[in-house]
Amino acid sequence: MALTFDLLLIICMLLNLILLGSSRLTAVIRIASLHGMMISVLPLLLPDHPFDFRLLAIGIITLGVKGFVFPSLLTRSLRAANVRREIEPVLGYAVSVGAGVVAIAASFYFATRLETPIHETSKLVLPVSLSTIFAGLFLIIARRQALMQVVGYLLMENGIFVFGIALAHDEPFLVEMGILLDVVVAVFVMGIALFHISHEFDHIDVAQLSQLRD
Amino acid sequence: MIALNGLVTPILALTLAPLLMGVINRVKALVAGRTGPPLLQMYYDLWRLLHKGAVYSETTTWLFRAGPIVSLSTLIVACMLMPMSDSPALFSFSGDMVVFVSLLALGRFAIVLAALDTGSAFEGMGAAREVFFASLAEPAVLLGMAAIAKATVANQTMLLSLSSMNTRVSLELWSNQGVILVFVASALIVVFLAENSRIPVDDPTTHLELTMIHEVIILDHSGPDLAFVLYAACLKLWLLALLIVELVIPDTGNLLLDLAADVGTLFVLAAVVGLVESAMARLRMPKVPQLLVGATTLTVLALVLELRN
Repeated sequence: MALTFDLLLIICMLLNLILLGSSRLTAVIRIASLHGMMISVLPLLLPDHPFDFRLLAIGIITLGVKGFVFPSLLTRSLRAANVRREIEPVLGYAVSVGAGVVAIAASFYFATRLETPIHETSKLVLPVSLSTIFAGLFLIIARRQALMQVVGYLLMENGIFVFGIALAHDEPFLVEMGILLDVVVAVFVMGIALFHISHEFDHIDVAQLSQLRD
Repeated sequence: MIALNGLVTPILALTLAPLLMGVINRVKALVAGRTGPPLLQMYYDLWRLLHKGAVYSETTTWLFRAGPIVSLSTLIVACMLMPMSDSPALFSFSGDMVVFVSLLALGRFAIVLAALDTGSAFEGMGAAREVFFASLAEPAVLLGMAAIAKATVANQTMLLSLSSMNTRVSLELWSNQGVILVFVASALIVVFLAENSRIPVDDPTTHLELTMIHEVIILDHSGPDLAFVLYAACLKLWLLALLIVELVIPDTGNLLLDLAADVGTLFVLAAVVGLVESAMARLRMPKVPQLLVGATTLTVLALVLELRN
């Protein structure tokens, strides 16, 4: 149980690095959905925690939303926008992966310094959540394609979800579901915005949006 | 520390290494539906080349003649630092893994100098590529060994050498820290392919200068010099495969069984190389650094995970 739990967290960490290093938008969406599926299984595998319908519900709803709803929404807006890949990122892919590795090392350090009020479920939970949040933020900053930034936002939310797993004993069901609802609405709005941007401007490159023109 | 039963590695490596090349070529041929060259073709080639005379360009200096000799001798010395199954290395001392890596680097340095000495534009280009990719592959080897050293011999009163790392890789380690071993092993396999200029990085059969890396820097060598270079390449293939096998495959304690398992795994690795070469094309040149950086990333991750324990 504990081993599978840790293994999933490590796979999440690897997926973060792959996301930082990939340029194809379809691949990025697919990996992000895989990432979502991985973390949605985590609440069911919590070591030394009895089986619980609350956790089961959280797991199943997260799996449905992050594994299937988001990818299909994003794929749809991708098809509308008609772009295949990020061509000129603000920071290159090798640099991004390097930054991801540095972030992982830093998160392991911060996790030892961070005093959480609850007992730790696994030593890996905090580092993985911090590095996932970082990877998401990095994608938002270092990519020009709006769709990449949406994926970065999702990745950040995944990190927060993993952080929530550390608090799984105490966190109410309502809070978790509230966050998820917010994210669904956000992705929905972003999907519509993306569609309109690509409709208006023939691209979804946010760097060009700052230029004013008729 | 000198251990006489450590003669196993050098003897096996010196005799069987060219066979590994034969297995790769045979697997490639079988997948392609051909019969392929005989398994012992590399031995015949070496024998033939040793009986030929060498041609030297008038513009070259002693550096060109020294290249193959230095390269071959560094690899023979590296054989003596490598443990195999239960027998320790002929020489083992604290930090010998660093010496091992730098010996490989010294051999490469000699070959690259020889290539530059010819003054050919193609060889200079190949040398630049060879050194560039090697500089990306080396951190992966060192960091991977550091991760495994931390997992096996840290906080022990043993020497921090390749031999003691090898003896402490056990089934127990696999069940506790299998993730780290998998990470390091996959990174080392990438390095193994890159350093031996096999397919995702370099195509050993191509003779189109623009895409060549390793093959282009030995274009001017002939006769016994070429035999030395080829034999050194075989030894390098054997040694880097052995490095993966020794750091990853646990030993059972039964001498013959372990030896058979290790040699078997070496040939399995060679077959895997053959299958990889049949299944995929060479990566585009700008993609190669990404692959190698990815390998380094895996080892850094392994080291970070290991340091946390």
